[in-house]
Amino acid sequence: MAHAYTPGLRVSERTVVRKERRLPIKGEVVVAIGDTVTSETVVARTHLPGNVQLINVASKLGLPPEDLPTVMQKKDGDPIEKGEALAETQGFFGLFKSRVPSPCEGTVESISTVTGQVILREPPTPIEIDAYVEGKVVEIFPEEGVAVETVGTFIQGIFGVGGEKTGEIAVVVNGPGDPLDASLITEAHKGKIVIGGSHVKWDGLQKAMDVRASGIVVGGFDDPDLKRLLGKDLGVAITGHEDLATALILTEGFGEIAMAHGTFDLLKSREGRKASVNGATQIRAGVIRPEIVVPLEGDAEDVVEGASATTGLEIGSLIRVIREPYFGALGRVVDLPNELQKMESESMVRVLKVEFEDKEQALLPRANVEMIEG
Amino acid sequence: MSENGKIKAIVATDCGSTTTKAILIRLVDGEYRLIVRGEAPTTVEAPFEDVTRGVLNAIREVEELSGHEILDGEDIIHPNEGTRGVDLYLSTSSAGGGLQMMVAGVVKSMTAESAERAALGAGSIVMDVLASNDGRLPHEQIERIRHLRPDMILLSGGIDGGTITHVVELAQIISAADPKARLGAGYNLPVIYAGNKDATDEVSKLLEDKTSLYKVANLRPVLERENLGPARDKIHDLFMEHVMAQAPGYGKLMGWTDAPIMPTPGAVGSIIETIANRQDIQVVGVDIGGATTDVFSVFRQTFNRTVSANLGMSYSVSNVLAEAGIENVMRWVPFKLPELGVRNRIKNKMIRPTTVPQALDDLKLEQAIAREALRLAFEQHKSFAVSLKGVQQERTISEAFSQSSSGETLVNMMELDLLVGSGGVLSHAPRRQQSAMMLIDGFLPEGVTRLAVDSIFMMPQLGVLAEVHEESATEVFEKDCLIHLGTLVAPVGTAPEGKPCVKFEAALADGTKVDDDIPFGEMRVYPLGVGETANVKVTPARGFDAGAGPGKPLERRLGGGVVGLIVDTRGRPFTLPTDESERVSRLDKWAAAFDAYPNA
Repeated sequence: MAHAYTPGLRVSERTVVRKERRLPIKGEVVVAIGDTVTSETVVARTHLPGNVQLINVASKLGLPPEDLPTVMQKKDGDPIEKGEALAETQGFFGLFKSRVPSPCEGTVESISTVTGQVILREPPTPIEIDAYVEGKVVEIFPEEGVAVETVGTFIQGIFGVGGEKTGEIAVVVNGPGDPLDASLITEAHKGKIVIGGSHVKWDGLQKAMDVRASGIVVGGFDDPDLKRLLGKDLGVAITGHEDLATALILTEGFGEIAMAHGTFDLLKSREGRKASVNGATQIRAGVIRPEIVVPLEGDAEDVVEGASATTGLEIGSLIRVIREPYFGALGRVVDLPNELQKMESESMVRVLKVEFEDKEQALLPRANVEMIEG
Repeated sequence: MSENGKIKAIVATDCGSTTTKAILIRLVDGEYRLIVRGEAPTTVEAPFEDVTRGVLNAIREVEELSGHEILDGEDIIHPNEGTRGVDLYLSTSSAGGGLQMMVAGVVKSMTAESAERAALGAGSIVMDVLASNDGRLPHEQIERIRHLRPDMILLSGGIDGGTITHVVELAQIISAADPKARLGAGYNLPVIYAGNKDATDEVSKLLEDKTSLYKVANLRPVLERENLGPARDKIHDLFMEHVMAQAPGYGKLMGWTDAPIMPTPGAVGSIIETIANRQDIQVVGVDIGGATTDVFSVFRQTFNRTVSANLGMSYSVSNVLAEAGIENVMRWVPFKLPELGVRNRIKNKMIRPTTVPQALDDLKLEQAIAREALRLAFEQHKSFAVSLKGVQQERTISEAFSQSSSGETLVNMMELDLLVGSGGVLSHAPRRQQSAMMLIDGFLPEGVTRLAVDSIFMMPQLGVLAEVHEESATEVFEKDCLIHLGTLVAPVGTAPEGKPCVKFEAALADGTKVDDDIPFGEMRVYPLGVGETANVKVTPARGFDAGAGPGKPLERRLGGGVVGLIVDTRGRPFTLPTDESERVSRLDKWAAAFDAYPNA
């Protein structure tokens, strides 16, 4: 029988997490295989080429581009100081010389006799990448980076903003259905990953940013607040490059939606531990979901992976509803009829029959549920 | 291949950004017919991260629904014998999320604009358009390139034989920016050079070492002529190779198919062109998918295609809201929904793209969004169709210099003969009347236009099949694919609500004689079934043109469909009242005329 596949997010209590850490351009790897690293350990470094300045020297001196070599005081590759002469004409018997000073410190990168432009490259900017998670270096990519492995809790969110952050987990609500009110966030949450329940409003997020919490993890958020945060309507879900003091990770979606019990309980059990989070989301080919990684003690060899969601829906599967009506409700599959069924919208779809926690039953489109690990 | 070399069974898949669809075609009593269709979510996400999983799931559903065995484990059984195995397996694919590129040209309104057309026509999102005269300083342009991290850059500029200075300057800027691809350190950013051929050497010197440089024919060899084909094709090739490479499992899928995988827009376009050429008509086709909306047109035998890579019903649904504005979406919704609820719903669809509308309200909201996606995609198509011709277009120099960015569009809605819709929201609409309404509201056809939908969204598969087995493709297309909705009559002109618009006379197939005076602001639907025709006379009131000229009566034999004969006197240009209750009452009235919704 075909398994009607319904994708779900990963929520693992204890699993092997492997993270690849790569430089954007070639550089130097500064750790070795087997090294134990913290999230702050620099694993690779390089230099980003400096800013570029283009000066049309020929035009400034009123010369045709092909005459440039006759007046240039520097050649390709020469260093230059700010104010130093880049080019100088001989003038008229040594008088009425014209001079083009360099606008910056740097290196002469190229001189074009076609356009008359000189390209100057300012000094390079050093960049480093860190390990992001506490763990062990298990692979080296020469001149590019490393793979870091850790054993820990791994939780995927559904959407996020903001890049990589680290901090201690601090649960500030009593249950997954409780909203994360601004009053629950204090100065003590500076540098922490604050775990809420169903929802955080604009003032709560602002408070978290004011106290410089590293991140907020919550069930839901409102789109108008997202627009306010980003300064624009998000058209396509590609995030992660926002310059935010606090990363925001949603586990359920938009609106007021209780965090899944399993996710909340798992985060609660990790309270006080250091977590690495990343709000980056990319919903296109090569999907990326936001994540929370909480390293634990133990080795990769000791990890026994739980039943995965790769077997598809079956009678007895635990599911969560991911669209109206019943958004966020948990239940168990009690039937998987083969025939298409008509919904209120009159759409004919493949359905499943679910029994919710309160024993109510409903017929739902299979596409509107996701499997959760039992 | 079966005995006597005849193809007897075919399975074809389309891997969309949201769902993977499979169809089974068999030779039945000498005719190629569609047997059944299956679908499954596209599996590029965790935990599978392998597009072939979704393909297998979709094919398994086809097996279940048809009783025809296609798979032996994960292998496709060849050849066909009875209800086991197939003779052909083909697939199309559309990359979810789109290619993001920058284009550069010397003059913003000329070569830069042509480069933008080439990029859009190939299916890309254009992140920025660089031009020598775009008002930015060189270091600002460099910073922009470094900041944006495009997947690819298209560089054009300079007519062949003209000066090379400006395009070389642009190459210098790109070289200085030293752009890095999204993919990481080891990957060289593709740059396509499609400018003045005399500058090729200088451009190569500047860019060959830092980028993967591809050189194609100048996309604007002279001012009055565009030659977008080579650049567009190269973008398309790199697009499929580059973005699809990110869809894991694609390499495996290529090994399974009996012919090269075709990009979905290419396949749909080829079927549209086939219809237009076989029937000698003007056609517009649209494929509204999860991430992109593709519009195809054939006007005066000139085929054009635009890919609005940022308008769609799932991945890009929030972008439709951002581009259209919430007011434009909500104007189509016949009930009150707080803005917060609408925004959250749309965002939830964006982050969980494979869900479907269960509640009626949800369906109406989705169809409102679809109208705006269609409208916006068509606007983009109309403004670019003039220069996206496969055939060169000659203009006088004065026309070239006085050209504003839109120029003269080839698209003429009064001349349009057939409008075909494809894509989930149109093909899966629970009632065909809803598809008709979305097409009419999104495109606003004028005069007389036939409307059709791809019954179960199989134009892509038939398009790729047509490349290798035209007989089966065209037979299934004519018999099983196109669902004729009917014919629309939409007079051009406006008047106050309720004033005379047209006199509509018809002799329907069941013998009924229609003689209606239809006032302005109405929609009327008359029963005329698939294959039936009726002699119709449309006499427009003063100020209206039904297709025969202002005020002139139109007499025609019109075809029916599952919806029937539709008369739309809501006016062209079309506006909705701003008063809330008036707007809702009109939407309800028009929906009722179509019997579009239950309890409408």
